[in-house]
Amino acid sequence: MVKLNKEDSLKIYKEMLLIRRFEEKAGQLYGMGLIAGFCHLYIGQEAIAAGMKYNMNKDDKVITTYRDHGHMISLESDPKKIMAELLGRKDGCSKGKGGSMHLFDLEKHFYGGHGIVGASVPIGAGLAFADQYKGNDNVTLCYFGDGAAHQGQVYESFNMAKLWNLPVLFIIENNRYAMGTSLKRASSIDALYKRGEGFNIPGVQINGMNVLEVIKEGKKAIDYVRSGKGPILVEMDTYRYRGHSMSDPATYRSKDEVSEKKKNHDPILSFKSHILDKKIANEDEIKAIDKEIKGQIEEIVKFAKESPEPDESEIFDNIYQ
Amino acid sequence: MTVQKLTVRKALCEAMSEEMRSDDKIFIMGEEVAEYNGAYKVTQGMLDEFGSKRVIDTPITEHGFAGLAVGAAFSGLKPIVEFMTFNFAMQAIDQIINSAAKTHYMSGGQVKCPIVFRGPNGAAARVGAQHSQCYAAWYGAIPGLKVISPYNSSDCKGLLKAAIRDPNPVIFLENEITYGMEFEEDYDDDHIIEIGKADIKKSGSDITIIAFSLMVGYALEAAEELQQLGISAEVIDLRTIRPLDRETIIESVKKTNRCLIAEEGFPFASIGSEISAMLVEEAFDYLDAPIGRLASIDCPLPYAENLERLALPKKEDIVRKAQEICVGI
Repeated sequence: MVKLNKEDSLKIYKEMLLIRRFEEKAGQLYGMGLIAGFCHLYIGQEAIAAGMKYNMNKDDKVITTYRDHGHMISLESDPKKIMAELLGRKDGCSKGKGGSMHLFDLEKHFYGGHGIVGASVPIGAGLAFADQYKGNDNVTLCYFGDGAAHQGQVYESFNMAKLWNLPVLFIIENNRYAMGTSLKRASSIDALYKRGEGFNIPGVQINGMNVLEVIKEGKKAIDYVRSGKGPILVEMDTYRYRGHSMSDPATYRSKDEVSEKKKNHDPILSFKSHILDKKIANEDEIKAIDKEIKGQIEEIVKFAKESPEPDESEIFDNIYQ
Repeated sequence: MTVQKLTVRKALCEAMSEEMRSDDKIFIMGEEVAEYNGAYKVTQGMLDEFGSKRVIDTPITEHGFAGLAVGAAFSGLKPIVEFMTFNFAMQAIDQIINSAAKTHYMSGGQVKCPIVFRGPNGAAARVGAQHSQCYAAWYGAIPGLKVISPYNSSDCKGLLKAAIRDPNPVIFLENEITYGMEFEEDYDDDHIIEIGKADIKKSGSDITIIAFSLMVGYALEAAEELQQLGISAEVIDLRTIRPLDRETIIESVKKTNRCLIAEEGFPFASIGSEISAMLVEEAFDYLDAPIGRLASIDCPLPYAENLERLALPKKEDIVRKAQEICVGI
């Protein structure tokens, strides 16, 4: 098991908790009609974004699909601007033009936020191609879900990435359901990390519900790619607590299944227990963090609600440079 | 500036090579662009000059390499993506439209996508329906894209250089039949043509004939024949489809009062449909006759020689249609 010092442990705990509370609040605001359209929550999967971020270098890149709030938060992008974007406001990270599925923050090397399932995978390979072309040692973390893992362009990307040994981690966040279709009903094999074998891309499966596992095994994967050996395929075994999007009541799985995951595998509760058991911090320190996050969420919501809608005059801005 | 003969193929190659010499962020990728020297030899010699880092053969994987190039563009490089034909780019159209064209807008201007998608478009000769479609109207419909489809060597060179320098995604529609055509023009190394400007290839006073790509050649031949018949035709080469040079079109029609649009694409919701609608909205009072449209017939392109001939507009069709519009002159 990887050992983290107190400062890093609490930072990661805080980050995961911020994602959780942010997403819970987004769900509430959706229910109140302040957020519209599609909104995909990251609750249950927090350990992946937070753990992998811990392993990244400053200039490494991240790209993902539409379940993107958590990744953007983990990269320390301003959560106020993310919430403002969800509300379709002027101060949103995409000036209110993208919405939940189209978050971007190039200063933090976050390249979206893509709404077409599978399409972000060749783009991620292209980000890695650019770093190889420029001759630096950055790597790209290219996240997608178990649903996207069946798209043809994913395998086109695997082929080129290995052919040219691009510095990219293909990270499948396997949360077991592609919208309402369980992996069993969509795939002839269960182990998605083996999907790269035909391209000579090594695969590794990581318990994505345990942030320490993500950090330990994820670091090996990043080191492998950074050493110039080419791409790696990482399957993060995880679970989403909520429906696919806010409009999905998730009736395709049993309540028992969900509550078992929440009770026995929750990434935040288990890490909190670890912190307390190992006496890294005490209850009071944890409570202080919980309180701090609560206050932060209030500020985030206040900022987003107070931000005006974009000016109508801006509608044609940013079509062309 | 020197007057010389240059094929369209060579003009395109010179445009890319000159730009690549001055900006090392530019690279070209596509099927057979490097070791084979281009399926249609447009990239002849580029591998030798620039090496395999910048002239990159891809597997046959249009969707994948289009998306990969978009990612490289997001990250600050300037890719030129060659499609062996735009018919194959249908495999990649999601990346072109959803990723390349829309991300700048969806990111509130943060993400930039300086990329050129180029290759032959439209019908060649006797290659059947799947290899013979014009995509000008398809891409022309998309905000976020610029769409260029020039005819002669000078315009191909000047506009391809402009496309490569443009910070936006550009669709550059070439024509296989024109690749070997030679045009005598003035060329120099900094020959740039502004995107979005049509060119009056021949002035006239009785009718405006609007065309782009290969059809410009037929329109010019038709104009000569019409001259013999006493009809003075003005020929406008659109060169750029999007943004459309509305001003040049409207000014010409105000002068000639008649208009015919000729293209190779399908007739439904075509470039001709768009221009007709625009003229009805903005120059109706100047029209002395109904606007004429020539396009491919509403049919997948047949293989048989006689049927193929029936399907696509030719010089004779332009002459006949122009005469109908100009009846009474």
